[in-house]
Amino acid sequence: MPNEFVKKVAEEKYKFGFTTDIQTEIIDKGLNEDVVRLISQKKGEPDWLLEFRLKAFRYWKDQKAPSWGHLRLPEIDYQDISYYADPTRKQQQSENKEIDPELMKTFDKLGIPLEERMALSGMAVDAVMDSVSVKTTFKEKLAEKNIIFCSISEAVKNHPDLVRKHLGSVVPYRDNYFAALNSAVFSDGSFVYIPENTRCPMELSTYFRINARNTGQFERTLIVCESGSYVSYLEGCTAPMRDENQLHAAIVEIVVMDNAEVKYSTVQNWYPGDSEGKGGVLNLVTKRGLLKGHHSKLSWTQVETGSAITWKYPSCVLQGDDSQAEFYSVAVTNNYQQADTGTKMIHLGKRTKSTIISKGISAGKSENSYRGLVKVGKQADGSRNYSSCDSLLLGSECGAHTFPYMDVQNNNATVEHEATTSKISEDQLLYCNQRGISTEEAVGLIVNGYAKDVLNKLPMEFAVEAQKLLSVSLEGTVG
Amino acid sequence: MLEIKNLHANVNGKEILKGVDLTIRDGEIHALMGTNGAGKSTLSKVIVGDPSYEVTEGSIMFDGHDLLAMKPEERANAGIFMSFQQPIEIPGVSMANFLKAAVNAKRKYQGLDPMKASDFLSMMREKRKLVSMDSKLVNRSVNEGFSGGERKRNEIFQMAMLEPTFCILDETDSGLDVDALRIVAEGFNKLRKPETSAIIITHYQRLLDYITPDTVHVLLDGRIVKTGGPELAKQIEDNGFDWIKGGSINYDFESVTC
Repeated sequence: MPNEFVKKVAEEKYKFGFTTDIQTEIIDKGLNEDVVRLISQKKGEPDWLLEFRLKAFRYWKDQKAPSWGHLRLPEIDYQDISYYADPTRKQQQSENKEIDPELMKTFDKLGIPLEERMALSGMAVDAVMDSVSVKTTFKEKLAEKNIIFCSISEAVKNHPDLVRKHLGSVVPYRDNYFAALNSAVFSDGSFVYIPENTRCPMELSTYFRINARNTGQFERTLIVCESGSYVSYLEGCTAPMRDENQLHAAIVEIVVMDNAEVKYSTVQNWYPGDSEGKGGVLNLVTKRGLLKGHHSKLSWTQVETGSAITWKYPSCVLQGDDSQAEFYSVAVTNNYQQADTGTKMIHLGKRTKSTIISKGISAGKSENSYRGLVKVGKQADGSRNYSSCDSLLLGSECGAHTFPYMDVQNNNATVEHEATTSKISEDQLLYCNQRGISTEEAVGLIVNGYAKDVLNKLPMEFAVEAQKLLSVSLEGTVG
Repeated sequence: MLEIKNLHANVNGKEILKGVDLTIRDGEIHALMGTNGAGKSTLSKVIVGDPSYEVTEGSIMFDGHDLLAMKPEERANAGIFMSFQQPIEIPGVSMANFLKAAVNAKRKYQGLDPMKASDFLSMMREKRKLVSMDSKLVNRSVNEGFSGGERKRNEIFQMAMLEPTFCILDETDSGLDVDALRIVAEGFNKLRKPETSAIIITHYQRLLDYITPDTVHVLLDGRIVKTGGPELAKQIEDNGFDWIKGGSINYDFESVTC
């Protein structure tokens, strides 16, 4: 009976694990300069972008994957992956360029309706499957305010100057191994441009879906928020259940000008692998925001429940005086998942302020690490950082680790760090049980309570989803 | 009806209960007294199903069900409620959310749909008044930052919300001042239905001044050694337990029904 139950939970757990059977154009496996040229050609890119890709590729070729993470990263055979998969072939061939109903159905099933009349109120979506953006909703409505929200491929065509100015300005291709790889082969992602003194009237979001087998997803997102503007951006992701690992190496760059504010929220639910640790997405991501203007604000909120391996440090460069950055994170690992995630706060401007709230939850045989750097430069007088890193352990076979780094070069800066590690106590479970609440539900309640400070930062609809996700990710871990 | 027969229980391999027999019929209130370490709290933990206690012998029947075969949450949903001696904190979980989960778990057990949010809120408001509980406490996390007295009051508030048929008050009077004790006891009396039965574990007569027991038991060294009426509690208040330990006792076998 208990085995039955555990089995049921394990099977039910990842409800986005289906595959879509769709005609997909996939280029041959392997990576070399010709492949880079081919991707660029397929996307009809200008020469400067091809040059950018080639430079990145040549740099990447001579580099080695980083090994400093608290991760057992499997050897990745980069020649055994296809770098471009286009599920919109049918659409290209059809006369009226209508979206393949199969694709519409897929996103419907994921809870992301692509028909605007059915859409969640107040949310525009860019839906990306494999290497291609399928559709961006409410584009016209946003254009009325001169807001640009489209796929990055489209932005390269229609707004080349903007893309050229900012692409690689926050995360240069030499930044790290996976950033170089992404810069060479990136396919699609979203582009957001908020002009001066404009408050984006709806939430913008991108939904990433990996579908095709043996392909990597290398999305690239660029957000530029001009002076006095505001945008809230959400990112969600899922993938089918497959036995082999799938590679996902993305870059997100954000530029925030004077008095502007960007909120970036992620609910990452890539396929985590099965309960034996087989399969799952390798999520190797570089996300960084440049707070270029004075009094600019950027907050990263992430709920990380998926992926076999997560290697991700959404960071902020606080360049403008009086700029403020926040990082709120809940990272859950279960079974054999491994997460090494955290942030970097680089204080350059005067009176800059950053806050880090990280909540790690480990269960099963998983390993969960917080890794963070707080750096205060010589000029950053009066800057402040507050970091709080909590770990919650469920069971006795999992690990929680904290690696906080500090580099303070200014005597007028204040840097605080707090860390706790706790377990769900038997007493708490009995107390809940005695009130009629089952152990499964009690764990969900307690974990959500633990993560509340972070979940509260998410936009409403996301917060509800995230709460459910936390409970589901941890089902079967106690008792 | 709760029927305990020859109950033996261990914690960490040490035998604490050494053959307890106790029958509590619907509507009866039994007080359980005894020295520290006699096994009073162990008995209550075994009844609610604390997994750290191991039952080695004996049985507990509750309304015809084999209680020991039921999970702790099933026992709760079947109508058993314990007011904890030391209520537990659950950071970040509001009392309202906690109770909503509890109330709906019970409804699910009874085959009912979850309660509507508006009905739930008005129920909370009404029950809160019964125990004079501050509305601010209801919005706070479960027991977090509550004073000792507030925690005990909160236990009775939860009892009000869950409407159990069998209650265990485990030293609910400890840590309460006279006024709080009166409010808690009066709350319990108001909540009590004719069929509600209870075990009241206490060291003092003062709670029994408000809640009159039908029967008083003395538990010493893992066994019930004396049973009597309300006057027994008064005798203990005056003379302590030594006279019972001493042996010059009249075991009242009549009321130790099996």
